[in-house]
Amino acid sequence: MRRLLILLAVVAMLAAACSSSDGESSDTTAAGGDEGTTTTAAAPADSELQAKINACTVGETDGDLNLYNWTEYIPYGSEAEDYGVTDLVAKFEEETGVKIVQTFYEDNETMLSQIEAGGAPYDLIVPSDYMVSTMADPEVGLLMKINTDAVPNLKNLDPKFTNLPFDPTGEFSVPYQAGTSGLGYSFEALDAAGVDYESGISWGLIFDPDMSAPFAGKISMLNDERETLGAALKYLGYSVNTTSQAELDEATAILKDANSRIAAYDSAAFDDLLMSGETVIAHGWNGGFLGSFDQASTDDYDAYEFFGYQVPVEGGIIWVDLMAIPVTAEHPCTALTFINFILDAENGGDLTNYTYYMSPNLAAYEYIDPDILDDPMVFPTEETMAKLEFIADVGDFSLEYSDAFAAAKG
Amino acid sequence: MTMLDERPSEEANPELERKAERAESWRGFFTALPTYLYLVVFFVLPLIIITVISFAERSRTGKPVLGEWTLDWWIKLGDPLVRSVVFRSVWLAFLNTLLSLLLGYPFAYWIATRKSALMRNFLLVLVLIPFWSNFLVRTYAWRTLLDSNGLVTKVGEMTGLWGKMLFTEPAVFLGLLYGYLPFMVLPLYAAIEHLDWNLVEAARDLYADARKAFIKVTLPLSKPGIIAGSILVFIPSLGAYVTPDLLGGSKTTLLGNYIVTQFKSGRNWPFGAALSVTILAIMMVATIIYFRKGGKTL
Repeated sequence: MRRLLILLAVVAMLAAACSSSDGESSDTTAAGGDEGTTTTAAAPADSELQAKINACTVGETDGDLNLYNWTEYIPYGSEAEDYGVTDLVAKFEEETGVKIVQTFYEDNETMLSQIEAGGAPYDLIVPSDYMVSTMADPEVGLLMKINTDAVPNLKNLDPKFTNLPFDPTGEFSVPYQAGTSGLGYSFEALDAAGVDYESGISWGLIFDPDMSAPFAGKISMLNDERETLGAALKYLGYSVNTTSQAELDEATAILKDANSRIAAYDSAAFDDLLMSGETVIAHGWNGGFLGSFDQASTDDYDAYEFFGYQVPVEGGIIWVDLMAIPVTAEHPCTALTFINFILDAENGGDLTNYTYYMSPNLAAYEYIDPDILDDPMVFPTEETMAKLEFIADVGDFSLEYSDAFAAAKG
Repeated sequence: MTMLDERPSEEANPELERKAERAESWRGFFTALPTYLYLVVFFVLPLIIITVISFAERSRTGKPVLGEWTLDWWIKLGDPLVRSVVFRSVWLAFLNTLLSLLLGYPFAYWIATRKSALMRNFLLVLVLIPFWSNFLVRTYAWRTLLDSNGLVTKVGEMTGLWGKMLFTEPAVFLGLLYGYLPFMVLPLYAAIEHLDWNLVEAARDLYADARKAFIKVTLPLSKPGIIAGSILVFIPSLGAYVTPDLLGGSKTTLLGNYIVTQFKSGRNWPFGAALSVTILAIMMVATIIYFRKGGKTL
């Protein structure tokens, strides 16, 4: 009995320790993030930080840059050498005299949790489109406003990448790199089925039972509810950001029907599956396909002769990752200087020469390898561009998307 | 604790005896303290936390809003979608447990009945060797074996017995069976090895044939191993996440994947918490039933 009491006392003490630190910090974070959880409660600190940001001048640095970025998204070290591009990290460090401390993430949600928990003092993050609208939402308030006076190179931005739907005023974010999602395919399989792909392909290759029958069991789609239901919505002629339950139900139904023809939902290895012949049609991101095509190509083998990638004629999804200053920033002036550095024409060219992604930096075009610049897989034609849609944050309707995806899979 | 009841009875002084008992009990408590702390910090507290979270409203980013409470997430568990996900996962875990038992029992029996201890240990090491490398790596290896050009596929095509298995349900079962079979074999081995073979002999002396002796004597005596093995296989199979994703091509939604979705793109931590508590409850109930059926002989 006594033992039990002592045990209970220990539990109570621990619980008390937890709840008190919880009470001090804020009410929006999960229990367990015990220290430094300053989200909504940190309004005064925020305005102080905002004032600091607004006072930054061009080229000013106020300490080392804590950069929280996707993996393999900036050329540095031996990787830069391999690609024959400038080591942008070293160049920035040399120009400014401050260091860049890099930390990496693999999905937006992980990054969001980190910033929300507030544990680490990241100065600059690179969230994707829909994540910017979530983080900039006044209710969430995780992003600081950019001091545009400190970033003169904003003038280099392609007008296509300004006034974006998820940050209409552009006050919270600056585009970094962009790309599309569409279909990668094997010429051989499409030829054998008599599908003409020269003048464009259709999402029907997946969703039309007749058209897709020859490829049954050889199709992969992204394991991502917004992308994959988005493809179905595009095929039906709806917006990928629909909040109409009827339209979503219709998309769910055709995906459920296609499920029997789909071999796998895979967001990590869709390109490898295509290249190894496991699939002949693969839904995926352009950068993934391009990277694999390039890697597979040797002096005697040109993967581009066997595989292609297109955004289907019905349209597809365009994504963009953007630089933003989170509330956790401690060196915002360095962050602004870095944004300006990336928007420089030459640096922007090096970035795309390394990532093989679309550059939002118009001035950088003259420094981009012409092979990349002329490749419609990287830089879509005007016609395709017009049919691309950004994934927008649909608020609470996102719950319907994740349930619809689970339901379609069965 | 019941083990400590047997005490030398020559101590007549009840006062002294009580003192000794108390000292002993304190000693016991302090000896067990690290374990208590471990369980409280890494099991009880997290469990309390996720239970609390499951009753919270969700914020716009999917995090729980402590202070605003709701029963929505628990009600959502009754959705046909959720029910089918739970049912499918339980069924898969049950089938895998059954398969493991059918395959693991003869295997364990064979190892346990080898005469030489060296041979037995050698065979056990063979069972354990796969654990020397990471489960994820081993699952990826299966992917290579099962794909169109894989060894398993080639053998199947040559013999005409099976085709390509990657991204099919048999592949998921194969992966699960492979991953969790050792958890079945080891407890079964322990149970069968400690079996009193004189009892089997006695059964045979009483004119039971081999089959009857096995069913009436060997099988009941190895029941603790069957129960322990089944629990050890059922629980991880229920939460299986990597195998259905990598070998099954995430073609069906299972509990493990459904929970991950809630914490990531689904942005609904409270519902994810409610699902996690549910999975724990199912496991608890399954364990209790097993224990009830098998007595306390573990």
